[in-house]
Amino acid sequence: MKNFTVQLAVYLLLGGLSLIFLIPVGMMVSGSFKPDGHVLVEAGSLRTFFPGELHLANYGDVFDRVPFARYMANSLFITATIVFCGLWINSLAGYAFARLQWSGRQALLAAVIAILIIPLEAIAVPLFYEVTLLGWRNTYLVQIIPFLANAFSIYLFYTFFLALPKELEEAARIDGASPLRIFISVIVPNAKPVFAAVSILTFLTQWGSFLWPLMVTHSEEVRPLPLGIAAFYTLPPLQWGDIFAFGVLMVLPVLLLFILFQRWFVQGVATTGMKN
Amino acid sequence: MATVSYRNVSKHFAAGSVALRNFNLEINDGEFVVLVGPSGCGKSTALRVLAGLEEITEGDILINGRVVNQWTPQQRNIAMVFQNYALYPHMNVRSNLEFPLKMLHTPKEHIAQKVAEIAQMLNLTDQLQRKPNQLSGGQRQRVAMGRALVRNPSVFLLDEPLSNLDAKQRAQIRAEIATLQKDLGKTTLYVTHDQVEAMTLGNRVAVLDAGRLHQIGTPAELYAHPRSTFVARFIGSPGMNIVSTHLQSGENNHWQIEIGGQYLNLQPETIPHHFHLGKRRIYIGFRPESITTKPVGNSFLCQVKVEATEFLGHETLVHFSFLGDKSVTPLIARMPGQFSTGEGKMDFFISIDDLHLFDEKGTAIDRENFPGNVTQSSIMNLL
Repeated sequence: MKNFTVQLAVYLLLGGLSLIFLIPVGMMVSGSFKPDGHVLVEAGSLRTFFPGELHLANYGDVFDRVPFARYMANSLFITATIVFCGLWINSLAGYAFARLQWSGRQALLAAVIAILIIPLEAIAVPLFYEVTLLGWRNTYLVQIIPFLANAFSIYLFYTFFLALPKELEEAARIDGASPLRIFISVIVPNAKPVFAAVSILTFLTQWGSFLWPLMVTHSEEVRPLPLGIAAFYTLPPLQWGDIFAFGVLMVLPVLLLFILFQRWFVQGVATTGMKN
Repeated sequence: MATVSYRNVSKHFAAGSVALRNFNLEINDGEFVVLVGPSGCGKSTALRVLAGLEEITEGDILINGRVVNQWTPQQRNIAMVFQNYALYPHMNVRSNLEFPLKMLHTPKEHIAQKVAEIAQMLNLTDQLQRKPNQLSGGQRQRVAMGRALVRNPSVFLLDEPLSNLDAKQRAQIRAEIATLQKDLGKTTLYVTHDQVEAMTLGNRVAVLDAGRLHQIGTPAELYAHPRSTFVARFIGSPGMNIVSTHLQSGENNHWQIEIGGQYLNLQPETIPHHFHLGKRRIYIGFRPESITTKPVGNSFLCQVKVEATEFLGHETLVHFSFLGDKSVTPLIARMPGQFSTGEGKMDFFISIDDLHLFDEKGTAIDRENFPGNVTQSSIMNLL
């Protein structure tokens, strides 16, 4: 009986916490299907979560009032490039730190770990100066290159590769595989969880990136979704239904990615650094 | 087909530990040599430096008479079976077997033919589509051996390949390895800490401790003529009983040793020239199977206290100590059948012919090499 009471209390607490996180999401999804006049009026009642009739005009407005498709294409291109190239660069770096013997390895690894604690905001101004000198402002390049190598991703790969049985690589060496062949044919297929975890974490970070694109871009041609929604806010007249619809469309790719890789993601985060 | 030579090989690790010290070993073409020793003795390092997985600090490693110190593992044309099999978990059995051949850019048709041959030889034909985690320990071990054999290596290395198997599978795979090696005639170096595996598999057995080779010989030589107390204790199950005692000059120009409350006389020729008169430490060894409860042949009586017994079905291991002996040296006797005397005081007879003598450093006193062609029967019971 005591166990049941404790369990009930735990579930109520967790349910309450879940609601705190779900209420804004529910309001956003529901509001995106409401006529603009209903959104704020119903905000204080339970009706805020029920759109009633499905009013799809908000979604049409998103595409009509701003170049949403352009923002979306920019975000997808920038994020996908960072994720894809970043996986190669960071996994190879993690592998080199974990397995290869080379001079300066320890010092460089210490530097990577130290970089983990430096936020982008701290180096944004010198970085801005650097890309300006290079003439990269208002390009895709400036939104991609600085984020390819990532200390956190390298560290995740490094800890995962350290825990992979060394004998797998030694067996492949004896079988005649080169270090790159070992990496591609033996290491990568056995490191799917960490690749999934790094993919999703990188995707989430870059998908929501706001400060850096704001600093280094000024045209809609290269700007990503977060700047698009910010511009949408300031575009008169202020229509909450349209803004919610923008939000839903912006979240959909992330949701899709998460649903597709949920199993690997959870496994990856849970086993990173302690895989047998 | 290949010969292997270790010439004065040393291996020091960066942390300062020394895995191999001036290690020398010659392995003949087609020979099955087993490296045996306790954990950390350097036996796996000896295997890994031959495979090319570790670089040696000093000395030379030769395969077929050519120094291979700088050669890659592939250039050495060796194959290795790892303790934990090291099968590629994401590949099925077929892909695991194909991998070494693909690395050699072997034509596809030849790969298929070779894999089929190996699978048939190792009884894996029905398992080719399975992943390693769908196989039993014994099957995994066979796949690991198949992967090692598929590209026809000149030297076959096995690093404790049976240690992850249960006792029944171990006996079965052990027999399979022995048969396979005999049939294929590959030069084989096998590492184990289990002296039973070493004795049953090897043409010759090399005993290592602390990075040094203590002795190499046939299993029978190691058992009958251990050259040190370490080998004597390590070989045999249980190992030889070693008792610390003193050698001193006695009556009639004889040397005298004390064991189990008895004094034994040794003729002067038994003792090496460099031994001087006086009292010096010595070790006496006798195997658990050299002890009987009735006098048999040339044996001497000892009064003992039985501490414990372990009944194993066909025999009983009896843990005992010499009566009045204050040392805590654990001694074991092997008695046939069930030993039902129970604990307490009783008489044991130790065969004099089976006694081994070791000097204060634990090195065997080799009686055959002493002047006067002294035989073992020169040890006499005074009482």
